[in-house]
Amino acid sequence: MVAETNSNMISITLRVWRQAGPDAPGKFVDYPAANLSTHMSFLEMLDVVNDGLTLKGEEPIAFAHDCREGICGTCSCTINGKAHGPGHGVATCQIYMRAFRDGEVIVVEPFRARAFPLVKDLVVDRSAFDQIIQAGGFISVRTGAAPDANSIPVPKTDADLAMDAAACIGCGACVAACKNASAMLFVAAKVSQLGLLPQGQPERDSRVLAMVNTMDALGFGSCTNQYECSAACPKTISHDFIARLNRDYLAASVRSAFKPVSSAAGGSG
Amino acid sequence: MNLAVSIFGSTIGRKIIIAATGVILIGFAVGHLVGNLQIFEEADRINGYGAFLHQLGPLLWVARIVLLASVILHIWAATVLTLENHAARQIKYGVKHTIQATLASRMMRWTGVVVLAFLLYHLAHFTLGFTQVATYKENLPLYTMVGDYRVAGFLAVKSGTQVLDVRSMVILGFSQPVVSLFYIVAVGLLSFHLLHGADSLFQTFGWRSQKWAGALRKLVIVFCALYFLGNLAIPGAVLLGKIPVAESARAAVRP
Repeated sequence: MVAETNSNMISITLRVWRQAGPDAPGKFVDYPAANLSTHMSFLEMLDVVNDGLTLKGEEPIAFAHDCREGICGTCSCTINGKAHGPGHGVATCQIYMRAFRDGEVIVVEPFRARAFPLVKDLVVDRSAFDQIIQAGGFISVRTGAAPDANSIPVPKTDADLAMDAAACIGCGACVAACKNASAMLFVAAKVSQLGLLPQGQPERDSRVLAMVNTMDALGFGSCTNQYECSAACPKTISHDFIARLNRDYLAASVRSAFKPVSSAAGGSG
Repeated sequence: MNLAVSIFGSTIGRKIIIAATGVILIGFAVGHLVGNLQIFEEADRINGYGAFLHQLGPLLWVARIVLLASVILHIWAATVLTLENHAARQIKYGVKHTIQATLASRMMRWTGVVVLAFLLYHLAHFTLGFTQVATYKENLPLYTMVGDYRVAGFLAVKSGTQVLDVRSMVILGFSQPVVSLFYIVAVGLLSFHLLHGADSLFQTFGWRSQKWAGALRKLVIVFCALYFLGNLAIPGAVLLGKIPVAESARAAVRP
């Protein structure tokens, strides 16, 4: 037996960016969506609209989604000009139709950044983030049998901060929300998550230099300290990490300029 | 890696250039204001101060070159970053939404351009004498020091020395309401520029954190308000007729 619900029904107009492919011209197209349960998630609403389009023989709206529980970072979309829509600290998949008014026109756009080329409709290619992660390289740890717990002492405050940074799901909302399409919050989170911990120290300098240089080379913008990124972040990662990244980058630049290098060394870490 | 490449060639490095030159320029702006507020004291003070600065000779030029280099680097870095930032989002959003970016932060490029225009006018006005030629300091009768002007206890300008009448130049210059109003609007926009800049440089140097960001914000607001009021005081007082000018100077410019 299904419990009674107090679900209200709303009707909205969806104004979606439609673009058949990377080089095809794109435009906004309006789709009326009637009798939607307010308990429906935003992505479920897109599923319903897509069902209607499929029945009519039209191309369904392409949108990125996977776990639908806010942990994978796959869903994107800018809803009414806000990355991940009207919520705070949630991804698009955790936005429910009760966040919208009956009769509202909801404008849905892909994340816009040169470094995130559009694939189709609302789907963008965020593999630039993977390239930044790859540039960060490895950390030097002993492998083998599981080490004893707490064999490396980590202050609680550092562990907590590192965990805050590690909450980044790499969704790209920071880039989408930034008026400069800057990836600083993402890079800051990734650099800090390791830089705060003892295990991340051996490659700390080379990591921050390589990740920042890759970020710049990929065509992301720079930070103007307006903190739209942290406000849009589904994991509410603080822009304090950007301050940390700036400091780390400067210190690493100075150190790497003066640190002696062994003439016998081959390769670089 | 080469340090110059990391600083000039990276986005973070260029932001550090903006912040560091910003610190130099804020330091100058505050010193300049404090020096100029001596206009509210007897005529010996500001005129002696002007003569003292000119006596510095090569040191004055060192300061000028550092300031000029700071202005050029500040503008260069901001321009390069702005162009890169525009390029980073070639297709704009159909709907724009701002969550928490302050108005001051969103107006930086515009306030910066107006401040640059003001800076050029200000130099043409009081330093080079290209505008308001009749009341330019070198065209006014010299001022004779009544007492000694001392800096940190050391005698800088002796009593009886004939010096340029900077005080009369400023007062006569600001007697024109259009000029005064432009100065007031420009320093207002400069204060607004600093409302983001003075806060933002702490973030760029990596010194800002949520633990004291609120206190920093309040400090910056108080600083910018005081800076604006200090700058408003000089043309404001002249417009209200609160600072009289020496009759000899007024007579010299009268046709």
